[in-house]
Amino acid sequence: MSEKILDLGSWVNDAVEHLLENYGGVFDTLGSGVSAFSEAVENVLMLPPAWLLIAIFVALGLWRIGIRFAIFTAVAMVLIVLTGFWEQTVVTLGLTFSATLISLLLGIPLGIWAARNERVAIVIRPMLDFMQTMPAFVYLIPAAMLFGLGRVPGIFATVIFAMPPAVRLTSLGIRQVNKEIVEAGQSFGCNSRQLLFKVQLPNAMPSIMAGVNQTIMMALSMVIIASMVGAGGLGNDVLASIQRLDIGLGFESGMAVVLLAIILDRITESFGTTRTNTRKARFYGWVSSRLRLQRS
Amino acid sequence: MQPGKIVVENLYKVFGDHPQEAIDLLKQGMSKDEILAEKGAVIGVSNVSFSVEEGEIFVLMGLSGSGKSTLIRLINRLIEPSAGDVFIDGQNVAKLPKDQLIELRRRDMSMVFQSFALMPSRSVLDNAAFGLEVAGMNRREREERAMAVLRQVGLDTFADKFPHELSGGMQQRVGLARALAVDPSMIIMDEAFSALDPLKRREMQDILLELQKTHRRTIIFVSHDIEEAMRIGNRIGIMEGGRLVQVGTPQELIDNPANSYVRNFFETVDTSRYLTAGQLMADSVPLYVDTGEAPDAQQVCQDLQNQDKRYAFVVDEDNNFRGSISLEQLALMVDGGQTCSLDQEVLNQVDPAPEDLPLSEVIERLVDNDGPLPVVDGDGRYSGAISKGGVLSRLQGDGA
Repeated sequence: MSEKILDLGSWVNDAVEHLLENYGGVFDTLGSGVSAFSEAVENVLMLPPAWLLIAIFVALGLWRIGIRFAIFTAVAMVLIVLTGFWEQTVVTLGLTFSATLISLLLGIPLGIWAARNERVAIVIRPMLDFMQTMPAFVYLIPAAMLFGLGRVPGIFATVIFAMPPAVRLTSLGIRQVNKEIVEAGQSFGCNSRQLLFKVQLPNAMPSIMAGVNQTIMMALSMVIIASMVGAGGLGNDVLASIQRLDIGLGFESGMAVVLLAIILDRITESFGTTRTNTRKARFYGWVSSRLRLQRS
Repeated sequence: MQPGKIVVENLYKVFGDHPQEAIDLLKQGMSKDEILAEKGAVIGVSNVSFSVEEGEIFVLMGLSGSGKSTLIRLINRLIEPSAGDVFIDGQNVAKLPKDQLIELRRRDMSMVFQSFALMPSRSVLDNAAFGLEVAGMNRREREERAMAVLRQVGLDTFADKFPHELSGGMQQRVGLARALAVDPSMIIMDEAFSALDPLKRREMQDILLELQKTHRRTIIFVSHDIEEAMRIGNRIGIMEGGRLVQVGTPQELIDNPANSYVRNFFETVDTSRYLTAGQLMADSVPLYVDTGEAPDAQQVCQDLQNQDKRYAFVVDEDNNFRGSISLEQLALMVDGGQTCSLDQEVLNQVDPAPEDLPLSEVIERLVDNDGPLPVVDGDGRYSGAISKGGVLSRLQGDGA
C-alpha cells in the first residue's frame, strides 16, 4: 500500500460521529418510522397463506403476460415452498417492497424536479453516480452505526442503492417526451401542473416504469446483501452458506432469489411496455376466437 | 389604419445570451452571420412586421431555417420574443401576464403540428377533447363537442380508436379536430400537412377550405410547399434568414417578386395556371370608335388587309365595348356597295372577358369563339384583346 497523504476516511468517520452525537434523535425517529412501515408491509404479506399469495402472483402473471408465464410462476413458487424457503422469501419480498416504495416516493418526485430544472439536474447527477457506483457494502457500515442492526439500516442502504434508476429514468422520460406534444399541451393552455400530469407524465410512463422495474431489481439484490447487518430474509441463508461453505444451501437460497427476481422483473416490466388497449384487444380477440371455436 | 386580427410589429427573436446587444448590432446593419461569428447569437426572427386580417388564411413560406416555425411560436408565445409586439385583437400577447396568456390560449387560439403531436395514450375522442379538458369543461359536455368536431372531419366512427391505429392523414384530422374543438377565432398551423402524401395533403386542404366556408377563422399556415401556399393562401409571406422578405397575394408575388429568392420559389410552379385575361391581352386588334358617322367600308377593309388582321373591334366614345366585325363581313359590304355602318345590327356580339378571368376560362371562350376575345376592365371599358396566337406564344414563353 502506498503512502497515505490525504486522510479522507477519517473526515468521513468524524462526520458520521458528529451526526450520531448531535442528530441521534432524528435518526431514531426516522428509524422507528421506517421500521413500523416495513413491519406493516411484511405483516400484510405474511397474512395470507402461502397458496393464496402464490395464486395472486399467478393471476398477475396471467393477466399481464400470459398462460406460459403463469405456469412458470406457479412452478417456481411451489419449488420455493418445497425447498423450505417460503418464509424467508416473503420476508425478502417485504423488504424489497418497503425499500422500493420509499425509493419511488423519493425518486420519482426528484426525477420530475430534475427534468424541469437544469440546476437541480446538474447537482443531482454526481450524487446519483456516487450512490450507484459506491460498492453497496460500504453503505451498510454508516447505516448500521446510525440506525443500529436489523431491518432499518438494511432498508436505508437499499434505498440509497436502488433509488438512482427511478430518478434517472423519470427525468429522462420527461425530457424525452416529443417536443411537439409538449408544445401541443402548452398551446392548448395547460398550466404547469396540467402539463406535468396530462402531458409529460403519461407520455413518460414507459420510461418511468422501466425505472420502477430497475429499482425493484436493484432493491432485491441489495436486500440480500443487507443481511450482513441483520436485515433478515433469504440473505441470511445466503450468508450462512458462505460462512459454512455449504454449497447446497447456497444454491437453494440463491435459486429462490433468482426465481423471485424473474417473477418480479417480468411482471413490473409488463406495466411499462404494453398498452392497456392492445392488451384489451388481445383479450377480446382471444375470447371471440374461443366463442367461434365452440360454435363450429 | 384598419387594425388586423393579428398585428406583428418589429418582432425579434435572438437565441443566445445577450439578445439586446445582438438586436442593436442588427439595427446597425450587421449581418446575421457576422453576429453569429462575433457574439455567438443566432438570429431566429429579425424585425418582422405584418398583419393578418380577420378570416384570412395567411401562409408563411420559406426554406427550412428561415425562421417561419419560430415566428409562429412567437405569436402564441411558445417561444418568448426578444423584442417587439404581437397584437391579437388589439391585445399585446408579447407583454401578457402568464395567467392571461394561458386564458387566451384556452379560449381563442389553437395549433396544429407537423408531427400531429397527438397523445398516444388517449383515445381519438380524448385527444379531440384535450383543449376543452384543459380549460376545465366537464366530461359529458366536452365529449359531446369533441364528437361534433370529429363528425366535421369525418372521424366520428373512430372516436374509440387510439392514434397509432390510424393512418397519417386520419391522425392529422384528429389534430385538426382538436384545434377546432375549442372553437378558436384563430388557428396556427405549422407545416400541418407536410408529413402527408400528396393525395392526402390535397384532401386535407379541401377539408380546411370547406371548413373555412362555413366558419371563417383566421389562420396562419406555415408551409414550404408553394403549390399548397397558392391553393389555400389569401396572402403569402415569404421568409428568408429570419426576415420577412415580401408579403402579397400569390398573383402579386408572381408578378413582382421582390428578389431572386422569391422568384425562385415560383420557378417550379406552372405559373401559367395563374395567368389572367388582363395579363394575356395585347393591343393586337384594330379599334374603331363609333362616333355615329359611318366610316368608309372600303377604307376599313383596306386597313385590316394592310395590317394583316381579320377582325376589328368597335367601342363607343366612352370606350365601352360594342362588338366586333370581321374582314369577311366588311368584304361582303364592300362588294354589296354598302357604306360601312358600325351599327349594332352589323356587329358580332362578343361577350367581353373581365381582366381577372383565369387562363382556363379564357381558353374556353377562345375555343367557342371564332375571333379574338375582347377584355374589359372593372367599369366595362375596353382594355385589350386576346388572340389565340397571343395565348399560345405567351404559354410557350412561360414554359421556356
